[in-house]
Amino acid sequence: MTESDSPTIIEVSPDDVRRAQTADAGADKGRKADKLLSVRGLSTHFFTPDGVVQAVDDVTFEVGYGETLGLVGESGCGKSVTALSIARLVPDPPGKIVAGEISFDGIDVLKLGEEEMRHLRGKEIGFIFQDPLTSLNPTLTIGYQIAESIRQHMGLSQKAARDRVVELLTKVGIPRAKDRLNDYPHQFSGGMRQRVMIAIALSCDPKLILADEPTTALDVTIQAQILELIAQLSDEFSTAVLLITHDLGIAAGMCDRVNVMYAGRIVETGTVDELFENPRMPYSWGLLDSLPRLDDVRGDRLRTIEGLPPLLIQPPDACRFNPRCRFTRDICLEREPALTPRETALHLARCWATEPDGWIP
Amino acid sequence: MISYLTRRILWIIPVLFVVSVITFFLMHSVPGGPWDREKRLPASVTTRLNAEYGLDQPLVVQYVRWAGDFVTGDLGPSYRYQDRRVNDIVADGLPTTVQLGVMAFLLATLVGIPLGIFAALGHNRWPDYLSTSISIIGIATPSFVLGILLIVLFSVQLGWFPTGGWKGPQYWVLPTVALAGFPIAVIARYTRASMLEVTRKDYIRTAHSKGLANQSVVSRHMIRNALIPVVTILGPTLAFLVTGSFIIERIFNIPGVGQFYLNSIQTRDYSLLMAMTVLYAFAVAFLNVVVDILYAYIDPRIRYS
Amino acid sequence: MATVSRPIPGQIAQPRKSAGLWSDAFGRLRKNRLALVGLVLVILLLSVGLLGPVLAPWPYDFQDLPAVFAGGGGPLPPLSPGHVLGTDQLGRDLLSRLMDGARISVTVAFVVQIVILGIGVPVGALAGWFGGRLDNFLMRITDVIYAFPDLLFIILLSVAFRETFFGQALDGLFLVFFAIGLTSWVTVARLVRGQLLALKETEFVEAARAIGVPDRKIVTRHLLPNGIGPIIVAVTLGIPGAILSEATLAYIGIGVQPPRASWGSLIAEGQKYVRSEPHLVVFPAIAIALALISFTFLGDGLRDALDPKLKGKQ
Repeated sequence: MTESDSPTIIEVSPDDVRRAQTADAGADKGRKADKLLSVRGLSTHFFTPDGVVQAVDDVTFEVGYGETLGLVGESGCGKSVTALSIARLVPDPPGKIVAGEISFDGIDVLKLGEEEMRHLRGKEIGFIFQDPLTSLNPTLTIGYQIAESIRQHMGLSQKAARDRVVELLTKVGIPRAKDRLNDYPHQFSGGMRQRVMIAIALSCDPKLILADEPTTALDVTIQAQILELIAQLSDEFSTAVLLITHDLGIAAGMCDRVNVMYAGRIVETGTVDELFENPRMPYSWGLLDSLPRLDDVRGDRLRTIEGLPPLLIQPPDACRFNPRCRFTRDICLEREPALTPRETALHLARCWATEPDGWIP
Repeated sequence: MISYLTRRILWIIPVLFVVSVITFFLMHSVPGGPWDREKRLPASVTTRLNAEYGLDQPLVVQYVRWAGDFVTGDLGPSYRYQDRRVNDIVADGLPTTVQLGVMAFLLATLVGIPLGIFAALGHNRWPDYLSTSISIIGIATPSFVLGILLIVLFSVQLGWFPTGGWKGPQYWVLPTVALAGFPIAVIARYTRASMLEVTRKDYIRTAHSKGLANQSVVSRHMIRNALIPVVTILGPTLAFLVTGSFIIERIFNIPGVGQFYLNSIQTRDYSLLMAMTVLYAFAVAFLNVVVDILYAYIDPRIRYS
Repeated sequence: MATVSRPIPGQIAQPRKSAGLWSDAFGRLRKNRLALVGLVLVILLLSVGLLGPVLAPWPYDFQDLPAVFAGGGGPLPPLSPGHVLGTDQLGRDLLSRLMDGARISVTVAFVVQIVILGIGVPVGALAGWFGGRLDNFLMRITDVIYAFPDLLFIILLSVAFRETFFGQALDGLFLVFFAIGLTSWVTVARLVRGQLLALKETEFVEAARAIGVPDRKIVTRHLLPNGIGPIIVAVTLGIPGAILSEATLAYIGIGVQPPRASWGSLIAEGQKYVRSEPHLVVFPAIAIALALISFTFLGDGLRDALDPKLKGKQ
């Protein structure tokens, strides 16, 4: 099986994919396609002085209307670049989408002009970024920063936009919203700032929210509140969410399905249950193993995956996880495995060892 | 904010005190005196003059007397221009010097900042190369060289502007350009670097993610943030303009106060020198307070306390 | 399949080998074309400055009067026989005088920076490390120095001490250098202080303290090496300022005394003939420009190389 077969494998059973779609909510949003978002064979490369970094390499996945999909992996695995690619926000230079197809609500995103693209960004696709402090402009009031997208996309008057901002701020749980419109980001706490970011993301009632590590920069206690808020609001607005996180625990709590990414590639995909109960890729085991558990013996060290992800400059035709894998055999060094189905057509993994004729049962 | 500014302004007083003390004692410890001429005056005459001007008193007494007069606004008699008070000399020349400085400052910011923005927006393309070349020329050309070249080119060769004097707008052009050349280059470099830095900020990505047009991202999100570090160099720039103006006044024969500085040192015109030094020090210190206010105005995170 | 997989040697991916701050920085510097141009020009300037008297076709004060008379009495134009860049009105070879000027500029560049480091680093280090009242006191001093109009203070100092032994040293140049240094150390002092304040809070310093490393050793072993990059950059970028100050002073007749030739005094002399013999102004102006540009480029390159975060700030 060669690498180029992998996208077609998903296409063989699109009906299965659709049937298995658990959270197909959001019928009220006016669907123009089967899937809200469909990414096929996406490759985004960075052209640096040291060489071409293949940050995202032949990535294929879909997000249904109203669905919450998790994209999980270590930092540097390409998950953020995937999200930025969807909204065509990858800084160019040095980044460039070199191959693939992105279809959003029936629109071929990569064929849009810059002007049309802007109508998608902020309006149809909202963003929540990792660090709300650096992601908000320090010299503009939060009222202005939220109203900005509303005025841009919804053509509301200043007064109407203001009312909408107050409504949004109240909705994301900022007390005395009216009094805080003229405050600057530095006058808010970290959690409150992220609520402001969520208000910006939701301001134009988007069909999709790209949440890139939305809680990583926050205190643990705040994390839960913010996740709860995202879950609740995406449900209320029937908005699909692409949740990017390095924390499998968060993905388990939030998502319907999960994609595990490693070194620019999707290495395993399935429903949350499948992935947790029967992971079919040693990297996913590693991620699961790294989660602290209640039954851990006190004094045990947190388990980690040894080693570092490979540099993505001219990766060899080999399993990209092999240098860190405990089950490596010769074939793992010779050819890269494809993303192939396991017990169900929707649970795919990229691993020689867990193929039907592999050496891990 | 108010109390911070009050403290900053009050702090100028001890600074001026120290500056004046150092200048005073330095100047008086130097051999020579205001009565030295090509033809030596008879000893009896200098003794009489010294007594008349109080120069026979101990230095401390002289300083206290000078300081007392200064506080009441009396800058004393000029030793060199014996029919004139220092107050009159300063009053005559100061408006011209201030005008030159302000015009050069405005030119430097109004050209330097847009030039830097222009370069950053066209990063690694011709606007960048053009603007960077102008900056390099500006940094490589001392104001006196620029002044000479401007005179040779625009006065002597082309005859567009007069070679010197200060009698009307056409006289203002060349000196202002000569004085502003270096600050233009410095401000443009800073602005460009700062804009490029801001381009990579997360909040600019956020702005793009809202679907804003490129020009609104630049005008509403980038420029203000990019100007914050630029404001910090406006202080040194102003100081440069204040102290640098005397050489331009010399080259273009402008009747400002700058021309008196060198003369007052060379002729040991104590009172004029003291007045000039304290005046310059005040200008530098005060302008820095102004820059601080500007800084707080442009960056809402800064609240002085 | 229960076979134990064969271990494959060298499995765990290693992070890219880091060659250390300095060689990394050098690698980045080598890729920066402008910085290399600056470096080459600086080396050229240094060589001319050091070897000037050997390389120069004539002594800087030699008056080739026969050539001037043969040429009609005025300054000789460039490309005259024996005088590539021409001569001044006294028949002194312009190229040789420019080379003597390079010698002065190189000296000024280094003496001034030594004075700046000699005052700025200790003051900044003391203020930053001990903090409190000492910090307050030292920073107030820097306020005063900052408020002194520097060019005017230099003029005052040089005129005031011109007659003393101090003022005569190094053909009258030492005093000027010293005065320039005296007005410019504040920037370095503030920089060192800021660096120390920031580094003091870092974990490796806390760790050193926790295991009882004496203060002095922490400053010299941990803090200065970590803070040295910005200081090098500040010193390099301070050199053009010193050269510019010297040239400006020489232009108004302070500092170097005739017959020695600073680029500034060459321009002042040449200004009288600028209409008929523009080369007497243009060549010294080019020399100043090249010197200023070279150190600026090199300084910018060093800054980018030593702090990759700041890349593009130029």
